[in-house]
Order: sequence, then structure tokens, then C-alpha cells
Amino acid sequence: MNLILFTFIVLLGFTSYYFGRKKAYTIQSTKKRLSALPQFYGYYLAIWCAIPAFIIFSLWAIFEPTIVKLLILSDYSNQGYLDDELNLLYEKSKALSRGQFTGEITPFIEASAEKYLSLRSIAQSSKVVIVLSAIIASVAYAYKRISSNSRTREPVEKFLNAVLFTASLAAILTTVGIVFSLIFQTIDFFKVIPLFDFVFGTHWYPAKAFVRDSSEALDPTMYSDTFGAVPIFAGTFFIAFIAMCVAIPIGLMSGIYLAEYASTKVRQYAKPLIEILAGIPTVVYGFFAALTVGPFLKELGTSMGLEVSAESALAAGGVMGIMIIPFISSLSDDVITSVPQSLRDGSYAIGATKSETIKRVIFPAALPGIVGSILLGVSRAIGETMIVVMASGLAANLTLNPLESTSTITAQIVVILIGDQAFGDPKTQAAFALGMSLFLVTLCLNIVALRVVKKYREKYE
Amino acid sequence: MNKNKEQLLNKRYKAEQRFRLYGLSAIFMALLFLTIFIFKIFSTGYSAFQKTWLIVPVTFDAELMMLDQNPSKEDLQDADYYDIALKSMADLDPNANEDQENELKRMVSYFFEKEIKNELLNDPNLIGKTKEVYLTASDDLDQVFKGNYPRDLPEDQRRVSDYQLKIFDQLVANGKVESKFNISFFTNADSREAELAGIASSFMGSIFSILVCLMIAFPVAVLAAIYLEEFAPKNRFTDFIEVNINNLAAVPSIVFGLLGLGVLLAIFHLPRSTPLVGGITLSLMTLPTIIIAARASLKAVPPSIREAALAMGASRMQTTMHHTVPLSMPGTLSGTIIGLAQALGETAPLILIGMVAFVNTIPGSPMDPAASLPVQIYIWAESAERGFVEKVSACIMVLLGFLIIMNLFAQIIRHKFEKKWS
Repeated sequence: MNLILFTFIVLLGFTSYYFGRKKAYTIQSTKKRLSALPQFYGYYLAIWCAIPAFIIFSLWAIFEPTIVKLLILSDYSNQGYLDDELNLLYEKSKALSRGQFTGEITPFIEASAEKYLSLRSIAQSSKVVIVLSAIIASVAYAYKRISSNSRTREPVEKFLNAVLFTASLAAILTTVGIVFSLIFQTIDFFKVIPLFDFVFGTHWYPAKAFVRDSSEALDPTMYSDTFGAVPIFAGTFFIAFIAMCVAIPIGLMSGIYLAEYASTKVRQYAKPLIEILAGIPTVVYGFFAALTVGPFLKELGTSMGLEVSAESALAAGGVMGIMIIPFISSLSDDVITSVPQSLRDGSYAIGATKSETIKRVIFPAALPGIVGSILLGVSRAIGETMIVVMASGLAANLTLNPLESTSTITAQIVVILIGDQAFGDPKTQAAFALGMSLFLVTLCLNIVALRVVKKYREKYE
Repeated sequence: MNKNKEQLLNKRYKAEQRFRLYGLSAIFMALLFLTIFIFKIFSTGYSAFQKTWLIVPVTFDAELMMLDQNPSKEDLQDADYYDIALKSMADLDPNANEDQENELKRMVSYFFEKEIKNELLNDPNLIGKTKEVYLTASDDLDQVFKGNYPRDLPEDQRRVSDYQLKIFDQLVANGKVESKFNISFFTNADSREAELAGIASSFMGSIFSILVCLMIAFPVAVLAAIYLEEFAPKNRFTDFIEVNINNLAAVPSIVFGLLGLGVLLAIFHLPRSTPLVGGITLSLMTLPTIIIAARASLKAVPPSIREAALAMGASRMQTTMHHTVPLSMPGTLSGTIIGLAQALGETAPLILIGMVAFVNTIPGSPMDPAASLPVQIYIWAESAERGFVEKVSACIMVLLGFLIIMNLFAQIIRHKFEKKWS
């Protein structure tokens, strides 16, 4: 229904464009000078068609459900129902009207459902009538108004500018959305679990919080010693550390080699090949780590008499390191190539070899940029999810042994939220609190890294 | 003195060579990982494109099927095929006792009844006759035939019994086992049975999510990029927008999953597990990538183009829309495709919004529950059955194939259509 109406309005828009342009041509044929190109007259009318439609559609979307609900619940207003019960009744009749209701159907609910359907159809048809008449009225008004010397280009361009500006707000809206979706659940979580217990507790066992009768009131003492996030944070940084142990030497050295030693031919082929590693989906790395690297390390460990868990932190961290190599190598490659040639020439002139130049001159000069790229790599390692979910353990052990399994923030979020979630449950809220800490940590890393890289760029440009 | 100098020089040259070697071996290591990786995926996955069939003679006995004389099409639809299906499997070994008959039945997929039914529906004249029918082998036998199954394990640790192996070997010796291209891998939806599981549902889920993502992210990102690059005044607010975009590009993907869960599902009550929600979530994620690419390619259009248009009396909006934006399109489009390729491989946010549910139907619209290719990889990888291992690798091959095609496409657009300004 809405789709048909929408198509119809789009058609109306095109028609008004056509009429506006036609009117402009007619004016032109009377040898009068137009103040704008004919198509602007068309655009002008089309905008007069779009704006009322947009306003009415959004008003309807905002107010229709509330008004319908009020009207339906007015039937029950004097019968002493509580607000929650009224809401439930409303949801039930809505479900019934869609044919999705499975519970017991009382005549009351059935009557409400019928009323709901009729109200909806009244709302729909009145929407159609109002939208169409508003469009026709506004387009007709604008059509009458445009004449040879009416300004049409300026309003059209102002409108476009407004549209462009609105689009650029999308990034801010997304950030606001992220903060908004995280913060309320997090606050609710910290109402039940003290912040101190979360940040300094050493025992993470969220499954315990789930095993309770839902009718029981929330008992804060129950959750003590359940949501201590230290093992999770430790595991996250530990795995990220292992990953960086793999990624920094290999990534940095290949970045240096590509920038300073490699012939153009080698560079031309090796660089995109290494960057393929960055394009492989993380779930594929996870599968690789779980199927190949984990069992391989276990076998290797057993043959050396070590006890290695099949889901060791080493497997997850190592594979994650491979994933991060290309980030570090291409960023440090960029940074090193942007070090001015004069520094190199100066170093060669006093007799330094190439490696000495790199180690003593170029590396210190490029250091801020390299640090920035490493920080971005760390932020990626901390936020990486699938490798850890698939290859590392899901139980949160507080350990520094890379051969045991540990868990991370991201893995715990997935473990908690996979399947059905009940909002308002401390366990679900815990996932959002973890998400909040993840967001804050990566945000700080990113801001610092981006600022360092930017400062560095400015230095040599 | 001189000797000392020479030694020092030698030492320095050795250090130089060592350093160079480190660099070379770092690159070698990175490429080695890539090779092992691709080799491993291909060597485990290629066999999934073959499917093992058992050729079993089936007697279409009208009495056993409860059919009357001259049955109509509906009668054939409703007829009872289970008995003849069971009988034809049991007939493989005339001396089988009841337990063994059960084992014989489990040599084919539970779908075998339907396969026999389809055979008859295709050719109703078969009633009363015997015909050799291709039946899908169970996933364990499929693995045995492909040589992936450890036959030397003790019997109680195997899912295939000695008896089944004996009959199977007889069939192989008689040429009654055949391996054919696995079409059902591409046409079937997900299934709990490895031999029947296919990627059609997750493939359609991926396509729908990517389309939704494209339809939202591309226009918004391009408009935002135009504003920021061509019209925005340089002030604190636009700086703030810029910092925001750069930060969003580096926010972990799982946080976008939490956004989808906390806002799209909990507040807007959009349907769970659907490509619609998945696509919106992914579009928020790809937005910064596309904005950054579009801005870069707008920036690459030389100012002389703008100045020429302005000098001819075009307004700023006309200059932008008629000249700058069309010239920047190749770069923008290839950036968009690369962003979409990233979105196509994304798993974690989709898991959080519930696209990890078991879906055994092929979704027909973005409003139907679905999985996506990477989520399918995750689901199968978590499943214990041996038959799923090769399926995962095959699914990875399909996904990587798509990513390669998308990236090649982006490259082609960039090289073919982008104007070089010198």
C-alpha cells in the first residue's frame, strides 16, 4: 500500500517537473527572458511536491501508532487495568489482527483487533487523501506563482544544499546511535553490578546469572563474583599482545623492505599480494585457526611434552597477527616513503650503508607514523571478533600461559548475545557494558593514532 | 690499524646483508602464510563440489505404494514411497537381518524417499518396473568415497559400521557408486544433514543484505562527501564531522552489531534475523569507507575544471553536479565496491542481530529470515559432523571467489574510466 502510494508520489513529482519546465518554455516562447534555466522551474515544482509529502509521511509515522493505541485503549479506560496490562492487551489485539496470535482469544481482544484493523484502514485512506490533496494544492500554488522573473534556481540549490548537509550528518548520527544504544544498557547494568566489582572483579561467569527464576526479584548479592571483567580484559590484551608479536616484526620488516630495498617489479607484485591478507574475511581466518593452527600447535606441543589446549591463545593470537601484517606493512611503507629523500642522501653522503641509514635516520624520522600504524593495528586486534570466537576458548581464564585458552571482550559479547536475548537481564546488559568498554578503548587508540599520523604527515608536507 | 678498519667494514657489510635478509624473509613469511592458507582451503574444499551417489535398483511395486489401476497425478503425489524405498535398500543384501536393514537404510540420505518419488513423477510408466535410481549417499559414506574418512579406526569410534563398509565396497566394485558435480550444494538451503546442505539460502541472504547496504550507504555517503568536499565551510562543526568519520572507520564491527541490536531491533522493532536489518547495520559500517573514497576522488579532480565551469557562469551547484561529481565517479564507484566487499565478508554484527538462525528455506525478500555466506561458514564450522568440514571450505571458496570478482571489478573501473590528470 505504502509502496504504491510512494510510486504514485514519485510519478507526481516527475509530472510536476514536466509541467514546470513546460511552463518555462511557454514563457520563453513569448520572448520574455527567464531568470533561470527551464529545468530549474521543473525542479522547483518537484520540490514543492516532495516537501509536503515528506512532512505528512513523517507526521503519520510518528503519530499514527500512538493515536490508534489511545483510541483502542479508550475502550478499557474505566475498567481498572494497570498500564502494563493495557499494553499487553494492545499487543495481543495487534498480533491477532495480523493473524499471528497464538494465545487464548477472548471476545474483548477480538473486538479490539477488529477495531484496530478498521482504525488502521481509516488511517491509511485518510493518509492517501491528505497526502495527495496536499501535494496537488502545493504544486498548483507553486505553478501559479512561477513567472518569468521568479527566482527558481536559488531555492532549488538551497534545497539541494540542505539535502547534502543532512547526509553529512549521517556519520554523527551513527556515532550518537552507537553511544545511545550502549549507554542506557550500561547504566542499567551498573545499577545492579557495582562498577568496582566489574572493573576489579576477577571472576567472570555470566552463565550463573542466567540460571534463575525470572519471577524472582533481582538480588544484587547473587551477582557478586559473576561479572568481574579482569579476566576478560586481561585475555583481550594478552591475545592482542601475541598478535602484535607476530605482526610487528613481519609487518614492519616487510614495510621497510618494500619501501627501501625492493625493485619496482617486486613491489608491484608483492604489495598487492600481501594486501590480499587484509581482504580475507575474518571468519575464514577463524576457521583456519580452529581447524589447522590449533590442532597443529597441540600436536607440536604434545610431541615436545607440553600440554597445549586445542583452543589456545597462541593459535588465535598468531592467526590474528597474520591478519594484521598488511595493515602495519602498508601503513609503515607509506610512512617511510614519505620521509624526504634529502635525509637519505645526507646519510649516504657521510658513508652510511643502507641499513644504517634506515636504522639511524629513517626509522627515527618515521617513528611517529610507525607508532600510529601500530596503534591502529592494536585497535584492530582488540576489536577482532570471529578469530577469537572460533579459535580461542569461551571460558574466561585468568592466565598468562599462551598455551591455555582465554577469552576476550568481543568473544564474550558474542557468547552472551547469540540466540535470543532478554533486554533488562543483567547478562544481556553485561554484553553492552563490555561493548561500551571496547568502544571507549578503541576510540582512545584511534584518536591517538590518527592524531599522531596526522601530525607526522604535516611535518613532512 | 688498516686491518681493523677492514674488519669493521666487513662487519658493517655483513650487518647490511643480514638486515636485507630480514626484510626479504618477512615478505617471504607473509606470502608463505597466504600460500598455506589458500592451499589448505582449496585442498579441503574442492571435494565438496563432488557428490557421491549410490545406484540402487528400485522396483516400483504398485501394491506397496498403495496405488490403484491407472493412478492420476495426485495419486502419484500422495502415494506411499517409504516402503518401496526401504525395500530397495534392504534388497542390496538379501541375507540382511533387521538391524542390518536399518544400517542399509542409513547408507543414503533421509531424502531418499523423495528422490525415488521424483523419479516416478518424471516417468509414471515406471509402475511395476524396476529401474536403477541415483540416491544421495549419506555424508559419512560420501567422505569414505572421497578418502577423507579414517577407515582404520576401531568400529565403535566410527559412524560407519563394518557392515555398511562391506556393502559399500561391494557397490563400488560393481560400479554402483558414482561421483557427480554437486549441484545441490548451490541450489539447496541449509540442512542439518551435511549431504543435503547447500548455500542457496545464505547466498540469497548475502545478496539481499548487500543490496540493502548499497541502496542506503551509496547515496548517503556520496551526498555527504560532496557536501564535505565542495560546500562545507571550514569550521569547528565540519572538523567534528570529519573526526567522526575517521573514527567510525576504525570502530570494531561488533560495536555496529550492538547498535543494530540496541536501536534497530529493540527500539524500531524491525524483524529479527532478516537481511533488511543486516543490510542497514552493514550500511552504517561501510558509510565511512565510501565517504573517504568519494572525498579522495573528488579531491583528485583538478581545480581548473571547477574554475572553467565557474568562469562560464555556472553556479557552484551546477559546477559540482555537472562536472566535478561525474569526473569523480570512477573513484567513488571502485571505493564503493571495495566497501561492499568488506561488508560481504563481515560476520560478527550479523550474528548479533540474529542472522545466525538455522534457515532451511530460501529467502524471497529482505524481510525473510536468512543467514549470509560468512555466517554460514561460522555455523558449519561450529558443527561437529565431518561432512561439514569440506562444506565450510567450499563455502569459503565461493565467498573468496565473490570477493576477488568484486575487487577485480573495482580495479577495472578505476583503470578504465578514471581520468589521469597530469
